[in-house]
Amino acid sequence: MSIFEAQNLVKYFGGLGAVNGVSFQVEKGEIFGLIGPNGSGKTTVFNLINNYYPLTSGDIFFKGKSIKGLKTHTICHLGIARTFQVVKPLARMTVLDNVVASAFCRFNTIKEAQKQAMEAIKFCGLEAYRDQRAKGLPIGLRKRLEITRALATQPELILLDETAAGLNPKELDQAIALIKEINSRGVTVIIVEHIMKVIMTISNRILAINHGQPITEGTPEQISRNPEVIKAYLGEEYAQG
Amino acid sequence: MKKSKKGLTAIIILLIAAVLPLVVTQSYYQHLMILVLIWVIIGSSWNLLAGYTGQVSFGHAAFFGIGAYTAGILNTKLALSPWWGMAFGGFSAVIMGLVIGYLCFRLRGPYFALATLATGEILRLIANNWVDFTEGMVGILIMQTFVSKLPYYYIILCIAAGCIGVIYLVMNSKWGYYFVSIREDQDAAESLGINTTLYKNVSLMISSFFTGTAGAFYMNYMGFIDPSVVFSLHNISIQSILVGIIGGVATLWGPALGGLVMVGIQELFRSAIFGLAPKWVSQGHAMAFGLLVVLTILFMSNGLVGDWPKIKKIFIRKTLKEIS
Repeated sequence: MSIFEAQNLVKYFGGLGAVNGVSFQVEKGEIFGLIGPNGSGKTTVFNLINNYYPLTSGDIFFKGKSIKGLKTHTICHLGIARTFQVVKPLARMTVLDNVVASAFCRFNTIKEAQKQAMEAIKFCGLEAYRDQRAKGLPIGLRKRLEITRALATQPELILLDETAAGLNPKELDQAIALIKEINSRGVTVIIVEHIMKVIMTISNRILAINHGQPITEGTPEQISRNPEVIKAYLGEEYAQG
Repeated sequence: MKKSKKGLTAIIILLIAAVLPLVVTQSYYQHLMILVLIWVIIGSSWNLLAGYTGQVSFGHAAFFGIGAYTAGILNTKLALSPWWGMAFGGFSAVIMGLVIGYLCFRLRGPYFALATLATGEILRLIANNWVDFTEGMVGILIMQTFVSKLPYYYIILCIAAGCIGVIYLVMNSKWGYYFVSIREDQDAAESLGINTTLYKNVSLMISSFFTGTAGAFYMNYMGFIDPSVVFSLHNISIQSILVGIIGGVATLWGPALGGLVMVGIQELFRSAIFGLAPKWVSQGHAMAFGLLVVLTILFMSNGLVGDWPKIKKIFIRKTLKEIS
């Protein structure tokens, strides 16, 4: 059974249809990619999933139950964590405190939360920056902090919103390894990404959307050969290479 | 090690505060010390909500006034001892806080601040005009229980110590992490599983409880209140912000130090520097305090406590220069 299902998501901002009839299912343990040109509604889909924006219509199921209309923090407690494309570090807190704050999602005492946070920090390789303020971190590490924080809430499903954007090639490889590692721990991943190297190498399946509407869904190879996707997004060059 | 040192400092400060009125026996100075402690409570409470949780309130007079009027009205209408009022003052302020929170926490940042400003003023106008209930502008006069200042001093000292103690405990718990997370980024906090509405209200409840208790104490201690005193925009709401800024926003001891500085400056000027300066100086206390705030913001934006390391460095450098 699929762990996550989006049914015909629709979001209108006034008269503008940002997302218009997107449906997909994600199996447990999968890495599911979401691609599309700028402004096609990928981030809005994420914002709909954790109810940062309320749905205009449609329904969302997590582990067989509808989570439509639940509060954002409740959805996090149910086991869906997310990162933000435009990173939102708790700027004047240290890296450790950032992660501790999110670890409190599952624990009540400082000791337990700190232990959980340290585990997540080690897992993501941020030990060296533990006591630095989040404000001073370079973008690569701030993106990594987003992932660390999301992991500290012990999610079953994690939504990664362009966590690889702006990274240099070395950081990119580390990010890919990290996402694979997260996935191998049994966390289902939905990922929005522009960098084809990332999305094509790690995704099991990909959904391509444009203008808020789905174009096609399939394996990375299928997607990269689909003429509509090439026309709308990838461009001729990538398809041939 | 660091923790025990902090605890030791707190105990020493508390001991000094406890012995002080036995040494300084003039009632004028004891009165000032009581005022300082009242401001320690208001400033610290404001700081919990505004400094730590990031919800800047321009209307803390609302809670102070509600607390004071609870004690006053229970005494005039129900003939209850105003000490009962002290027990209830904090709670009625909490209820008012929940109402204000329900209405105002839909707004963020400056909009929230403006909304609290309005609620404070609304309450002052209600107290002014609902004469049957509040006696209006005439105010409420009650008999004070003690002639000596000492009992009042120790009561308010206990409340102030309790206030700082509670804030310390809260800030070193899950709640504290949540408060600061909300201050830093409400959207991020929400998606990290923090019920931001709930925890903003928790912070407001603690803050309003202590402010209300301070208000009820004020009623007991001064024996007289009227709307323009306890619901005062500039003398309570704005001062509580200034106390926080001077002492240091989001520091445990900042508002306490800010309260001390504020009452000190106010009295220094009000008495025209103990009668040494010409009389017109006494008009200048508000201006002097304003100047201090401006200078603090310009040169020590984290306040006296927040920028303490910076201040220490300057002094050390100076002494080093003198030595060499």
